[in-house]
Amino acid sequence: MNILKFIESFTNEGMINSLSAKGSRRDSLSQFQNMGKVAAVAAVPLGLAAFLAPNKVNAKNTMFFGPTETPTEALQLALTLEYLEDEFYDMALSSPGLLTGTDRTIIAQISKHENAHVALLANALGANAPAKPTFDFTADGAFDPFNDLETFFALAQAFEDTGVRAYKGQAANLISNGDLLTTALQIHSVEAMHASQVRRLRGQKGWIVGSDRGGLPAAAQAVYTGEEVTNQAGFNTATVSGIPAQAGPESFDEPITGATATSIASLFIVG
Amino acid sequence: MKKVQVEEVKSLHSRRNFLRISGITLAGAGLVMAGCSSDDDKGSNGNSNQLPGVRDGKFDLGGGDLGVLTYAYALEQLEADFYTRVVNGNSFGSTFNAEEREVLEDLYNHEVIHREFFKAAISGVISSQDQLLPALQFDYGSLSFSNRTQVLTTARTLEDTGVAAYNGAGRYITTPDYLVLAGKIVSVEARHASAIRSLLNPGTAAFAGDDVVTSDTGLGQALKPSQVITAVSALEIIKTPFTAQFLP
Repeated sequence: MNILKFIESFTNEGMINSLSAKGSRRDSLSQFQNMGKVAAVAAVPLGLAAFLAPNKVNAKNTMFFGPTETPTEALQLALTLEYLEDEFYDMALSSPGLLTGTDRTIIAQISKHENAHVALLANALGANAPAKPTFDFTADGAFDPFNDLETFFALAQAFEDTGVRAYKGQAANLISNGDLLTTALQIHSVEAMHASQVRRLRGQKGWIVGSDRGGLPAAAQAVYTGEEVTNQAGFNTATVSGIPAQAGPESFDEPITGATATSIASLFIVG
Repeated sequence: MKKVQVEEVKSLHSRRNFLRISGITLAGAGLVMAGCSSDDDKGSNGNSNQLPGVRDGKFDLGGGDLGVLTYAYALEQLEADFYTRVVNGNSFGSTFNAEEREVLEDLYNHEVIHREFFKAAISGVISSQDQLLPALQFDYGSLSFSNRTQVLTTARTLEDTGVAAYNGAGRYITTPDYLVLAGKIVSVEARHASAIRSLLNPGTAAFAGDDVVTSDTGLGQALKPSQVITAVSALEIIKTPFTAQFLP
Protein backbone atom coordinates (compact mmCIF):
# COMPACT_ATOMS: atom_id res chain seq x y z
CA MET A 1 0.00 0.00 0.00
CA ASN A 2 1.28 3.45 -0.82
CA ILE A 3 1.87 4.88 2.61
CA LEU A 4 1.23 8.43 1.50
CA LYS A 5 -2.17 7.53 0.13
CA PHE A 6 -2.92 5.60 3.29
CA ILE A 7 -2.07 8.60 5.44
CA GLU A 8 -3.96 11.00 3.20
CA SER A 9 -7.02 8.83 3.56
CA PHE A 10 -7.35 10.05 7.13
CA THR A 11 -9.26 13.01 5.88
CA ASN A 12 -10.96 11.39 2.96
CA GLU A 13 -14.60 11.44 3.81
CA GLY A 14 -15.35 9.22 0.87
CA MET A 15 -13.33 6.45 2.45
CA ILE A 16 -14.98 6.96 5.81
CA ASN A 17 -18.43 6.74 4.32
CA SER A 18 -17.53 3.73 2.23
CA LEU A 19 -16.55 1.79 5.33
CA SER A 20 -20.03 1.99 6.69
CA ALA A 21 -22.92 0.23 5.00
CA LYS A 22 -25.41 2.80 6.20
CA GLY A 23 -23.27 5.85 5.45
CA SER A 24 -23.09 6.87 9.09
CA ARG A 25 -19.78 7.80 10.68
CA ARG A 26 -19.35 4.45 12.36
CA ASP A 27 -15.93 3.78 13.73
CA SER A 28 -13.96 1.84 11.14
CA LEU A 29 -12.63 -0.42 13.87
CA SER A 30 -15.93 -2.25 13.78
CA GLN A 31 -15.13 -3.36 10.25
CA PHE A 32 -12.30 -5.52 11.51
CA GLN A 33 -14.10 -7.37 14.21
CA ASN A 34 -15.24 -10.21 12.03
CA MET A 35 -11.62 -10.80 11.13
CA GLY A 36 -11.03 -11.89 14.72
CA LYS A 37 -7.77 -10.07 14.85
CA VAL A 38 -8.23 -7.78 17.77
CA ALA A 39 -4.80 -7.82 19.36
CA ALA A 40 -4.08 -8.71 22.95
CA VAL A 41 -4.45 -5.58 24.98
CA ALA A 42 -3.15 -6.69 28.33
CA ALA A 43 -0.53 -3.96 28.42
CA VAL A 44 -2.91 -1.24 27.33
CA PRO A 45 -4.58 1.04 29.84
CA LEU A 46 -7.92 -0.39 30.83
CA GLY A 47 -10.03 2.14 28.97
CA LEU A 48 -8.32 1.46 25.67
CA ALA A 49 -8.76 -2.29 26.09
CA ALA A 50 -12.44 -1.82 26.73
CA PHE A 51 -12.70 0.32 23.63
CA LEU A 52 -11.32 -2.47 21.50
CA ALA A 53 -13.64 -5.11 22.91
CA PRO A 54 -16.13 -6.21 20.24
CA ASN A 55 -19.22 -5.53 22.26
CA LYS A 56 -18.26 -1.94 22.75
CA VAL A 57 -19.51 -0.82 19.38
CA ASN A 58 -22.82 0.60 20.39
CA ALA A 59 -24.92 3.63 19.76
CA LYS A 60 -22.67 5.85 21.85
CA ASN A 61 -19.55 4.98 19.92
CA THR A 62 -21.27 5.37 16.60
CA MET A 63 -22.67 8.80 17.33
CA PHE A 64 -19.67 10.60 16.01
CA PHE A 65 -20.86 13.52 14.00
CA GLY A 66 -18.95 16.57 12.94
CA PRO A 67 -15.19 15.88 12.94
CA THR A 68 -13.98 13.98 9.91
CA GLU A 69 -11.80 11.42 11.67
CA THR A 70 -13.01 8.51 13.77
CA PRO A 71 -11.16 7.67 16.98
CA THR A 72 -9.29 4.90 15.19
CA GLU A 73 -8.19 7.23 12.43
CA ALA A 74 -7.16 9.85 14.98
CA LEU A 75 -4.95 7.27 16.67
CA GLN A 76 -3.55 6.10 13.34
CA LEU A 77 -2.48 9.63 12.55
CA ALA A 78 -0.97 9.96 16.01
CA LEU A 79 0.95 6.71 15.62
CA THR A 80 2.34 7.78 12.26
CA LEU A 81 3.66 11.00 13.76
CA GLU A 82 5.07 9.11 16.73
CA TYR A 83 6.85 6.66 14.38
CA LEU A 84 8.40 9.68 12.72
CA GLU A 85 9.62 11.29 15.92
CA ASP A 86 10.76 7.98 17.39
CA GLU A 87 12.81 7.05 14.35
CA PHE A 88 14.23 10.56 14.10
CA TYR A 89 15.53 10.54 17.65
CA ASP A 90 16.77 6.95 17.48
CA MET A 91 18.79 7.80 14.38
CA ALA A 92 20.16 10.94 16.00
CA LEU A 93 21.20 9.11 19.14
CA SER A 94 22.90 6.50 16.95
CA SER A 95 24.79 9.08 14.91
CA PRO A 96 28.33 9.08 16.31
CA GLY A 97 29.28 12.37 17.93
CA LEU A 98 26.08 14.20 17.08
CA LEU A 99 24.52 14.33 20.53
CA THR A 100 26.78 14.62 23.53
CA GLY A 101 26.60 15.79 27.11
CA THR A 102 23.43 17.59 28.15
CA ASP A 103 22.05 17.53 24.59
CA ARG A 104 22.22 13.77 24.73
CA THR A 105 20.59 13.60 28.15
CA ILE A 106 17.70 15.75 26.98
CA ILE A 107 17.15 14.00 23.65
CA ALA A 108 17.41 10.59 25.32
CA GLN A 109 14.53 11.54 27.60
CA ILE A 110 12.45 12.71 24.65
CA SER A 111 13.33 9.56 22.73
CA LYS A 112 12.27 7.41 25.66
CA HIS A 113 8.85 9.02 25.61
CA GLU A 114 8.39 8.73 21.85
CA ASN A 115 9.34 5.08 22.01
CA ALA A 116 6.72 4.59 24.70
CA HIS A 117 4.11 6.46 22.66
CA VAL A 118 4.70 4.21 19.66
CA ALA A 119 4.32 1.11 21.80
CA LEU A 120 1.17 2.40 23.48
CA LEU A 121 -0.56 3.48 20.28
CA ALA A 122 0.49 0.41 18.28
CA ASN A 123 -0.81 -1.78 21.08
CA ALA A 124 -4.07 0.13 21.29
CA LEU A 125 -4.65 -0.07 17.55
CA GLY A 126 -3.67 -3.69 17.25
CA ALA A 127 -4.63 -4.93 13.80
CA ASN A 128 -5.42 -1.37 12.78
CA ALA A 129 -1.94 -0.11 13.47
CA PRO A 130 -0.37 1.14 10.25
CA ALA A 131 3.09 -0.21 9.51
CA LYS A 132 5.99 2.07 10.25
CA PRO A 133 6.66 4.18 7.18
CA THR A 134 10.06 4.49 5.56
CA PHE A 135 11.46 7.86 6.48
CA ASP A 136 13.93 10.14 4.80
CA PHE A 137 14.84 12.85 7.25
CA THR A 138 16.90 14.64 4.64
CA ALA A 139 13.64 15.35 2.81
CA ASP A 140 15.27 14.29 -0.42
CA GLY A 141 18.53 16.09 0.28
CA ALA A 142 17.15 19.34 1.67
CA PHE A 143 18.41 18.70 5.21
CA ASP A 144 21.35 17.00 6.89
CA PRO A 145 20.06 16.54 10.44
CA PHE A 146 22.38 13.74 11.53
CA ASN A 147 25.55 15.55 10.55
CA ASP A 148 24.56 19.07 11.49
CA LEU A 149 23.40 19.64 15.05
CA GLU A 150 21.67 22.90 14.27
CA THR A 151 19.59 21.21 11.58
CA PHE A 152 18.79 18.36 13.93
CA PHE A 153 17.39 20.72 16.54
CA ALA A 154 15.49 22.73 13.93
CA LEU A 155 13.72 19.62 12.68
CA ALA A 156 13.16 18.42 16.23
CA GLN A 157 11.40 21.69 16.98
CA ALA A 158 9.30 21.37 13.86
CA PHE A 159 8.30 17.81 14.71
CA GLU A 160 7.42 18.54 18.31
CA ASP A 161 5.42 21.68 17.56
CA THR A 162 3.65 19.79 14.76
CA GLY A 163 2.87 16.95 17.14
CA VAL A 164 1.35 19.28 19.70
CA ARG A 165 -0.88 20.92 17.09
CA ALA A 166 -1.80 17.62 15.46
CA TYR A 167 -2.90 15.97 18.71
CA LYS A 168 -4.88 19.08 19.51
CA GLY A 169 -6.56 18.84 16.14
CA GLN A 170 -7.71 15.32 16.92
CA ALA A 171 -8.99 15.90 20.45
CA ALA A 172 -12.55 16.61 19.39
CA ASN A 173 -12.51 13.36 17.39
CA LEU A 174 -11.98 11.48 20.63
CA ILE A 175 -14.70 13.18 22.64
CA SER A 176 -16.83 10.04 22.43
CA ASN A 177 -14.34 7.99 24.43
CA GLY A 178 -13.12 9.44 27.72
CA ASP A 179 -10.25 6.98 28.15
CA LEU A 180 -8.86 7.55 24.66
CA LEU A 181 -9.30 11.28 24.96
CA THR A 182 -7.51 11.37 28.30
CA THR A 183 -4.65 9.27 26.97
CA ALA A 184 -4.32 11.56 23.95
CA LEU A 185 -4.28 14.60 26.24
CA GLN A 186 -1.62 12.95 28.37
CA ILE A 187 0.57 12.38 25.32
CA HIS A 188 -0.17 15.85 23.99
CA SER A 189 1.05 17.60 27.13
CA VAL A 190 4.30 15.63 27.05
CA GLU A 191 4.91 16.63 23.43
CA ALA A 192 4.42 20.22 24.52
CA MET A 193 7.05 19.79 27.22
CA HIS A 194 9.40 18.40 24.57
CA ALA A 195 8.65 21.27 22.21
CA SER A 196 9.28 23.85 24.89
CA GLN A 197 12.65 22.39 25.80
CA VAL A 198 13.86 21.98 22.20
CA ARG A 199 12.77 25.53 21.38
CA ARG A 200 14.62 26.90 24.41
CA LEU A 201 17.76 24.92 23.51
CA ARG A 202 17.61 26.73 20.15
CA GLY A 203 17.43 30.10 21.90
CA GLN A 204 13.70 30.46 21.18
CA LYS A 205 10.92 30.96 23.70
CA GLY A 206 9.30 27.73 24.84
CA TRP A 207 5.99 28.97 23.39
CA ILE A 208 5.12 29.70 19.82
CA VAL A 209 5.33 33.38 18.92
CA GLY A 210 2.65 34.21 16.40
CA SER A 211 3.35 32.49 13.11
CA ASP A 212 7.11 32.95 13.54
CA ARG A 213 8.90 29.76 12.54
CA GLY A 214 11.87 30.73 14.68
CA GLY A 215 14.63 30.48 12.13
CA LEU A 216 13.36 27.26 10.61
CA PRO A 217 13.51 26.93 6.82
CA ALA A 218 10.59 28.22 4.78
CA ALA A 219 9.33 24.68 4.19
CA ALA A 220 8.44 24.57 7.89
CA GLN A 221 6.11 27.58 7.80
CA ALA A 222 3.09 25.29 7.68
CA VAL A 223 4.00 24.21 11.20
CA TYR A 224 3.36 27.74 12.46
CA THR A 225 0.78 29.24 10.15
CA GLY A 226 -2.41 29.86 12.09
CA GLU A 227 -0.66 30.42 15.41
CA GLU A 228 -1.03 34.18 15.05
CA VAL A 229 -4.75 34.20 15.79
CA THR A 230 -5.97 36.40 18.62
CA ASN A 231 -9.70 35.62 18.58
CA GLN A 232 -10.55 32.92 21.06
CA ALA A 233 -14.29 32.35 21.05
CA GLY A 234 -14.85 36.06 20.60
CA PHE A 235 -12.30 37.11 23.21
CA ASN A 236 -9.36 39.15 21.94
CA THR A 237 -6.24 37.78 23.57
CA ALA A 238 -4.11 40.67 22.30
CA THR A 239 -5.98 43.44 24.08
CA VAL A 240 -5.90 42.42 27.73
CA SER A 241 -5.22 45.51 29.81
CA GLY A 242 -1.56 45.89 30.70
CA ILE A 243 -0.48 42.81 28.77
CA PRO A 244 1.60 43.00 25.57
CA ALA A 245 -0.34 42.13 22.43
CA GLN A 246 2.21 39.48 21.40
CA ALA A 247 1.43 37.48 24.52
CA GLY A 248 -2.07 36.82 23.20
CA PRO A 249 -1.16 34.36 20.44
CA GLU A 250 1.59 32.91 22.64
CA SER A 251 -0.88 31.96 25.32
CA PHE A 252 -2.94 29.66 23.11
CA ASP A 253 -1.68 26.88 20.85
CA GLU A 254 -3.73 26.21 17.73
CA PRO A 255 -4.80 22.86 16.28
CA ILE A 256 -3.92 21.70 12.80
CA THR A 257 -6.04 19.37 10.74
CA GLY A 258 -5.13 15.81 9.89
CA ALA A 259 -4.51 16.98 6.33
CA THR A 260 -2.00 19.61 7.41
CA ALA A 261 -0.23 17.23 9.77
CA THR A 262 -0.07 14.70 6.98
CA SER A 263 1.39 17.13 4.48
CA ILE A 264 4.09 18.16 6.95
CA ALA A 265 4.98 14.56 7.79
CA SER A 266 4.88 13.57 4.14
CA LEU A 267 7.95 15.68 3.45
CA PHE A 268 9.90 13.00 5.32
CA ILE A 269 8.06 9.85 4.23
CA VAL A 270 9.17 7.97 1.16
CA GLY A 271 7.28 4.72 1.46
CA MET B 1 6.88 48.02 37.42
CA LYS B 2 4.03 46.06 35.98
CA LYS B 3 0.51 47.05 36.71
CA VAL B 4 -1.09 44.65 39.11
CA GLN B 5 -4.30 43.25 37.73
CA VAL B 6 -7.13 44.08 40.08
CA GLU B 7 -10.37 42.19 39.93
CA GLU B 8 -13.31 44.52 40.28
CA VAL B 9 -16.53 43.11 41.63
CA LYS B 10 -19.23 44.61 39.51
CA SER B 11 -22.68 44.45 40.98
CA LEU B 12 -24.13 45.00 44.40
CA HIS B 13 -25.61 41.55 44.36
CA SER B 14 -22.37 39.82 43.62
CA ARG B 15 -20.54 42.07 46.04
CA ARG B 16 -22.79 40.89 48.82
CA ASN B 17 -21.95 37.31 47.95
CA PHE B 18 -18.30 38.14 47.69
CA LEU B 19 -18.28 39.61 51.13
CA ARG B 20 -19.97 36.56 52.53
CA ILE B 21 -17.58 34.09 51.07
CA SER B 22 -14.35 36.00 51.38
CA GLY B 23 -14.04 35.33 55.06
CA ILE B 24 -14.01 39.02 55.86
CA THR B 25 -15.47 39.56 59.29
CA LEU B 26 -17.91 42.43 59.34
CA ALA B 27 -18.93 44.16 62.51
CA GLY B 28 -22.56 43.31 63.01
CA ALA B 29 -23.69 40.11 61.38
CA GLY B 30 -26.88 41.93 60.56
CA LEU B 31 -25.07 43.83 57.85
CA VAL B 32 -24.23 40.60 56.13
CA MET B 33 -27.67 39.11 56.44
CA ALA B 34 -29.54 42.23 55.39
CA GLY B 35 -30.39 42.18 51.74
CA CYS B 36 -30.30 38.43 51.43
CA SER B 37 -33.18 37.26 49.35
CA SER B 38 -35.01 34.22 50.55
CA ASP B 39 -34.00 32.11 47.61
CA ASP B 40 -30.35 32.95 47.97
CA ASP B 41 -27.93 30.44 49.30
CA LYS B 42 -29.99 27.30 48.96
CA GLY B 43 -27.35 24.76 49.69
CA SER B 44 -27.13 21.37 48.13
CA ASN B 45 -30.51 20.24 49.39
CA GLY B 46 -32.63 23.15 48.33
CA ASN B 47 -31.62 23.68 44.71
CA SER B 48 -31.30 20.87 42.22
CA ASN B 49 -29.44 22.81 39.55
CA GLN B 50 -25.67 22.56 39.16
CA LEU B 51 -24.99 26.13 38.25
CA PRO B 52 -21.97 27.78 39.81
CA GLY B 53 -22.96 29.95 42.71
CA VAL B 54 -23.09 30.40 46.43
CA ARG B 55 -24.54 27.55 48.43
CA ASP B 56 -24.52 27.55 52.22
CA GLY B 57 -22.23 30.55 52.26
CA LYS B 58 -19.60 29.11 49.95
CA PHE B 59 -19.21 29.47 46.22
CA ASP B 60 -19.62 26.15 44.49
CA LEU B 61 -17.89 25.77 41.14
CA GLY B 62 -20.92 24.07 39.66
CA GLY B 63 -21.17 21.04 37.43
CA GLY B 64 -21.20 20.16 33.76
CA ASP B 65 -19.31 22.19 31.21
CA LEU B 66 -19.85 25.42 33.11
CA GLY B 67 -18.44 23.78 36.23
CA VAL B 68 -15.33 22.74 34.34
CA LEU B 69 -14.91 26.26 32.93
CA THR B 70 -15.31 27.71 36.42
CA TYR B 71 -12.80 25.22 37.79
CA ALA B 72 -10.33 26.26 35.09
CA TYR B 73 -11.05 29.92 35.89
CA ALA B 74 -10.23 29.30 39.55
CA LEU B 75 -6.91 27.67 38.70
CA GLU B 76 -5.99 30.44 36.26
CA GLN B 77 -6.86 33.02 38.94
CA LEU B 78 -4.38 31.28 41.21
CA GLU B 79 -1.61 31.18 38.62
CA ALA B 80 -2.23 34.76 37.50
CA ASP B 81 -2.14 35.99 41.07
CA PHE B 82 1.06 34.12 41.81
CA TYR B 83 2.94 35.46 38.80
CA THR B 84 1.57 38.94 39.41
CA ARG B 85 3.22 38.86 42.79
CA VAL B 86 6.41 37.39 41.33
CA VAL B 87 6.95 40.02 38.63
CA ASN B 88 5.93 42.84 40.96
CA GLY B 89 8.22 41.65 43.73
CA ASN B 90 10.65 44.26 45.02
CA SER B 91 13.60 41.99 44.31
CA PHE B 92 12.43 40.61 40.99
CA GLY B 93 15.31 42.21 39.12
CA SER B 94 17.97 40.86 41.43
CA THR B 95 16.49 37.48 42.31
CA PHE B 96 16.25 36.33 38.72
CA ASN B 97 18.59 36.62 35.76
CA ALA B 98 17.51 38.04 32.40
CA GLU B 99 16.41 34.70 30.95
CA GLU B 100 14.42 33.87 34.06
CA ARG B 101 12.78 37.28 34.13
CA GLU B 102 11.72 36.86 30.53
CA VAL B 103 10.21 33.45 31.26
CA LEU B 104 8.40 34.64 34.40
CA GLU B 105 7.09 37.75 32.67
CA ASP B 106 5.78 35.64 29.81
CA LEU B 107 4.10 33.30 32.28
CA TYR B 108 2.55 36.29 34.00
CA ASN B 109 1.27 37.56 30.66
CA HIS B 110 -0.13 34.21 29.62
CA GLU B 111 -1.87 33.40 32.90
CA VAL B 112 -3.50 36.82 33.10
CA ILE B 113 -4.78 36.31 29.56
CA HIS B 114 -6.05 32.84 30.44
CA ARG B 115 -7.80 34.20 33.51
CA GLU B 116 -9.46 37.02 31.61
CA PHE B 117 -10.41 34.61 28.84
CA PHE B 118 -12.28 32.31 31.22
CA LYS B 119 -13.92 35.23 32.94
CA ALA B 120 -15.20 36.44 29.58
CA ALA B 121 -16.18 32.99 28.38
CA ILE B 122 -18.12 32.23 31.55
CA SER B 123 -19.70 35.66 31.59
CA GLY B 124 -20.91 35.03 28.09
CA VAL B 125 -22.87 31.93 29.04
CA ILE B 126 -24.20 32.58 32.53
CA SER B 127 -27.60 34.15 33.06
CA SER B 128 -26.73 36.16 36.14
CA GLN B 129 -23.61 37.65 37.64
CA ASP B 130 -23.86 35.59 40.82
CA GLN B 131 -22.92 32.54 38.80
CA LEU B 132 -19.49 34.00 38.12
CA LEU B 133 -16.77 32.89 40.49
CA PRO B 134 -15.63 36.04 42.25
CA ALA B 135 -12.01 37.08 42.64
CA LEU B 136 -10.50 34.61 45.04
CA GLN B 137 -8.29 35.76 47.87
CA PHE B 138 -4.77 34.39 48.03
CA ASP B 139 -2.15 34.28 50.75
CA TYR B 140 1.30 32.83 50.24
CA GLY B 141 2.20 32.67 53.90
CA SER B 142 5.90 32.47 54.46
CA LEU B 143 6.79 32.08 50.77
CA SER B 144 9.53 34.56 49.96
CA PHE B 145 9.19 36.08 46.51
CA SER B 146 12.83 37.07 46.66
CA ASN B 147 13.90 33.46 47.04
CA ARG B 148 14.59 32.06 43.57
CA THR B 149 14.20 28.42 44.55
CA GLN B 150 10.96 28.97 46.46
CA VAL B 151 9.44 30.91 43.60
CA LEU B 152 10.49 28.45 40.91
CA THR B 153 9.44 25.37 42.85
CA THR B 154 6.07 26.93 43.57
CA ALA B 155 5.75 27.83 39.89
CA ARG B 156 6.62 24.25 38.99
CA THR B 157 3.95 22.93 41.33
CA LEU B 158 1.33 25.26 39.93
CA GLU B 159 2.16 24.49 36.30
CA ASP B 160 2.36 20.72 36.87
CA THR B 161 -0.97 20.91 38.68
CA GLY B 162 -2.51 22.94 35.87
CA VAL B 163 -1.45 20.39 33.27
CA ALA B 164 -2.79 17.51 35.35
CA ALA B 165 -6.01 19.41 35.91
CA TYR B 166 -6.67 20.13 32.24
CA ASN B 167 -5.67 16.60 31.21
CA GLY B 168 -8.01 15.14 33.79
CA ALA B 169 -10.90 17.48 33.10
CA GLY B 170 -11.06 16.97 29.35
CA ARG B 171 -13.24 13.91 29.54
CA TYR B 172 -15.89 15.80 31.52
CA ILE B 173 -16.37 18.41 28.82
CA THR B 174 -19.29 17.68 26.52
CA THR B 175 -19.12 20.65 24.17
CA PRO B 176 -16.43 20.10 21.52
CA ASP B 177 -15.63 23.83 21.26
CA TYR B 178 -14.85 23.97 24.98
CA LEU B 179 -12.66 20.89 24.70
CA VAL B 180 -10.67 22.51 21.90
CA LEU B 181 -10.27 25.70 23.93
CA ALA B 182 -9.05 23.76 26.96
CA GLY B 183 -6.73 21.87 24.63
CA LYS B 184 -5.27 25.11 23.33
CA ILE B 185 -4.42 26.19 26.85
CA VAL B 186 -3.09 22.96 28.37
CA SER B 187 -0.22 22.67 25.91
CA VAL B 188 0.89 26.18 26.81
CA GLU B 189 0.78 25.24 30.50
CA ALA B 190 2.91 22.21 29.67
CA ARG B 191 5.38 24.47 27.83
CA HIS B 192 5.47 26.59 30.98
CA ALA B 193 6.08 23.59 33.19
CA SER B 194 8.90 22.42 30.97
CA ALA B 195 10.55 25.84 31.02
CA ILE B 196 10.33 26.21 34.79
CA ARG B 197 11.61 22.70 35.27
CA SER B 198 14.59 23.37 33.04
CA LEU B 199 15.35 26.60 34.93
CA LEU B 200 15.44 24.58 38.13
CA ASN B 201 17.53 21.75 36.68
CA PRO B 202 19.11 22.81 33.40
CA GLY B 203 20.74 20.28 31.14
CA THR B 204 18.87 17.36 32.67
CA ALA B 205 15.80 15.26 31.97
CA ALA B 206 13.83 17.32 34.50
CA PHE B 207 12.10 19.39 31.79
CA ALA B 208 9.86 16.35 31.29
CA GLY B 209 11.01 14.35 34.26
CA ASP B 210 10.07 10.90 35.40
CA ASP B 211 8.27 12.53 38.30
CA VAL B 212 5.56 13.82 35.99
CA VAL B 213 5.88 11.68 32.86
CA THR B 214 5.65 7.91 33.08
CA SER B 215 8.66 6.10 31.70
CA ASP B 216 6.82 3.08 30.35
CA THR B 217 4.01 4.91 28.53
CA GLY B 218 5.29 8.47 28.18
CA LEU B 219 2.12 9.93 29.67
CA GLY B 220 1.76 13.16 31.58
CA GLN B 221 -0.41 13.38 34.65
CA ALA B 222 -4.18 13.55 34.58
CA LEU B 223 -6.05 14.22 37.81
CA LYS B 224 -9.75 14.55 38.49
CA PRO B 225 -11.05 17.91 39.65
CA SER B 226 -11.54 16.60 43.18
CA GLN B 227 -7.94 15.39 43.27
CA VAL B 228 -6.61 18.70 42.03
CA ILE B 229 -8.70 20.65 44.48
CA THR B 230 -7.40 18.50 47.31
CA ALA B 231 -3.82 19.10 46.17
CA VAL B 232 -4.32 22.84 45.74
CA SER B 233 -6.09 23.15 49.07
CA ALA B 234 -3.08 21.54 50.71
CA LEU B 235 -0.96 24.43 49.48
CA GLU B 236 -3.09 26.69 51.69
CA ILE B 237 -2.78 29.54 49.22
CA ILE B 238 -6.44 30.04 48.36
CA LYS B 239 -8.08 31.70 51.33
CA THR B 240 -11.58 31.92 49.92
CA PRO B 241 -13.53 28.80 50.85
CA PHE B 242 -15.23 27.15 47.92
CA THR B 243 -16.76 23.81 47.09
CA ALA B 244 -16.92 21.60 44.02
CA GLN B 245 -19.66 19.17 44.92
CA PHE B 246 -20.80 18.70 41.34
CA LEU B 247 -17.40 17.95 39.82
CA PRO B 248 -15.92 14.44 39.84
